[in-house]
Amino acid sequence: MGKALLKRAGLLVGTLLLVSVLAFAAFSVIPGDPTTSVLGAEATREEIAAFRAQHGLDLPVWQRYWSWLAAFVTGDFGRSFKFDMPVSELVATRAQVTLVMAALSFALIVAISLPLGLISARRRGGVVDRLVTVLAQVTMSVPNFIMGIGLMFLFALVLKWFRPEYVPLEDGLGAHLRFMVFPALAVALPKSAMTVKLLRGSILGELGQDYIRTAYSKGNSQSSALRRHVLRNAMIPVVTFLAMAVGDIMAGSIVVEQVFTIPGLGRLLITEIGHRDYPVVQAIVVLLAAVVVGCNFLADLLYRVMDPRIAER
Amino acid sequence: MKRKNWYLTIGVILTALMLLYIAVGFFWTPYVPSAMSAADREAKPSLRHLFGCDSMGRDVFSRTLEGAGSTLTIALAVLAVGAVCGLAVGALCGYYGGPVDALVMRLCDAIAAFPSVLLALVVLAVTGPGKYNVIGALGVLFVPSFARLVRGEFLKYRDRDFVRSARLMGVSGLRIIFVHILPNTWPVLLSGLTIGFNNAVLAEASMSYLGIGVTPTEPSLGYMLKDAQGYLFTLPWCAVFPAAVVILLILGVGLVGEGVRERMGAVS
Repeated sequence: MGKALLKRAGLLVGTLLLVSVLAFAAFSVIPGDPTTSVLGAEATREEIAAFRAQHGLDLPVWQRYWSWLAAFVTGDFGRSFKFDMPVSELVATRAQVTLVMAALSFALIVAISLPLGLISARRRGGVVDRLVTVLAQVTMSVPNFIMGIGLMFLFALVLKWFRPEYVPLEDGLGAHLRFMVFPALAVALPKSAMTVKLLRGSILGELGQDYIRTAYSKGNSQSSALRRHVLRNAMIPVVTFLAMAVGDIMAGSIVVEQVFTIPGLGRLLITEIGHRDYPVVQAIVVLLAAVVVGCNFLADLLYRVMDPRIAER
Repeated sequence: MKRKNWYLTIGVILTALMLLYIAVGFFWTPYVPSAMSAADREAKPSLRHLFGCDSMGRDVFSRTLEGAGSTLTIALAVLAVGAVCGLAVGALCGYYGGPVDALVMRLCDAIAAFPSVLLALVVLAVTGPGKYNVIGALGVLFVPSFARLVRGEFLKYRDRDFVRSARLMGVSGLRIIFVHILPNTWPVLLSGLTIGFNNAVLAEASMSYLGIGVTPTEPSLGYMLKDAQGYLFTLPWCAVFPAAVVILLILGVGLVGEGVRERMGAVS
């Protein structure tokens, strides 16, 4: 197990390095210098030269990459072209917003999908099961930003449960979360539908196994067989799926932030792409990649812990 | 006893209806989609304007027809790029194996680990907006998932007896790949294609909604939804109809994929 783990950790670092190279190279080879979009078309030659020297744009690419990477790992993400302030400051406040939303979405997915998946697998073919299956299939087909617009319409405009205006954390945690629960729900609902389906299928698959028949023959009731035998195995693919879903949740948050005009990482990313403010874009991309790749690593780890058969191979 | 495959039946009907709807839009729209009419501004859905008009007096029905056509074209083109390249990479890697296979798969893992909308956003930040850039960016990003799928299938078949005997008879590697193995992978590929199609529709719609997809002058359901959001309460029909088209398209194709998978499960 130790050796396999080391190999995975090596892959993790390798993937992150690859992402950092790609993120850096992408913005270094493109035509169209950021200087013109930041300083404007009428900038004098001296101003441009000064700007390029200040941001190190006059050095060769590999040298810039190396100093950027060396600074990045220490938490110095460079300076924003547009705002002329450290990227780390710019990103920190936005990251908090996106993280709250992603965490809330994740919690909602678990809270919605586990009970529904269990109930529909237990009463297979019953009214609840059929209703859940149909609803899940439809919900799965709704893109999260359309779900966001729908939730906005229903809860903010028709029912007036919340005002469609961002409430920052400074206004109190309760108020912040009360607002954030709606965008989080927009991300969580389609993903929950997939999780319900996976869990239901996984439980039904395990229920047909020989060891479950043995459990019944030893006098277990359905609920105790489910609780003590089925769930432990049925949860394995679900846990992996959830850990892998973190990437989609982050991406979903970025899109849904636009719907609810939440000042998170996504909005910053979109506006700064427009401004060609590459230090900011690079930093956000690499940070998001780190979260996603890290969660995939965690998924792999959990998989090995929950299913020892994998580790033996 | 053969159970009825509801997924496939409903999915095929729904998809066929949506394709018919989109096909109509390629040849005929009741109004010019970009034509503004001051008299019809904010018109409610009626017989004259089936889906109503937006704040500038443009016919929503005509615009959804055109937008859905553009979304379908982009999704199919993305799928073509991703599936053809993925098929080639996956088939060669799966059949021949070796260190190149290991390297290519690592690279695929690295790309696939990342949500495609996010990657496409970054690519488009570099290339600038536009229909062909969207197709290129998404197409390349869809290669890894197909490559992995096809590779898995080829790994399964390459040591089967019928492949071995073909090899003994001196059949060339390429012929084995295309004539002997490929037809067997069709059901898995089909279900992969439906998932890919839905991801492409989703990615295209999300990107144009974010304003980083096709250019604003091109028709797009994502842009319509973005515009409609400002008038959600007064002109809800501007949002409801484009949203419904996206959802029904994804739902129909998703059901077909589900049906294909169910059928495969019943056969094997």
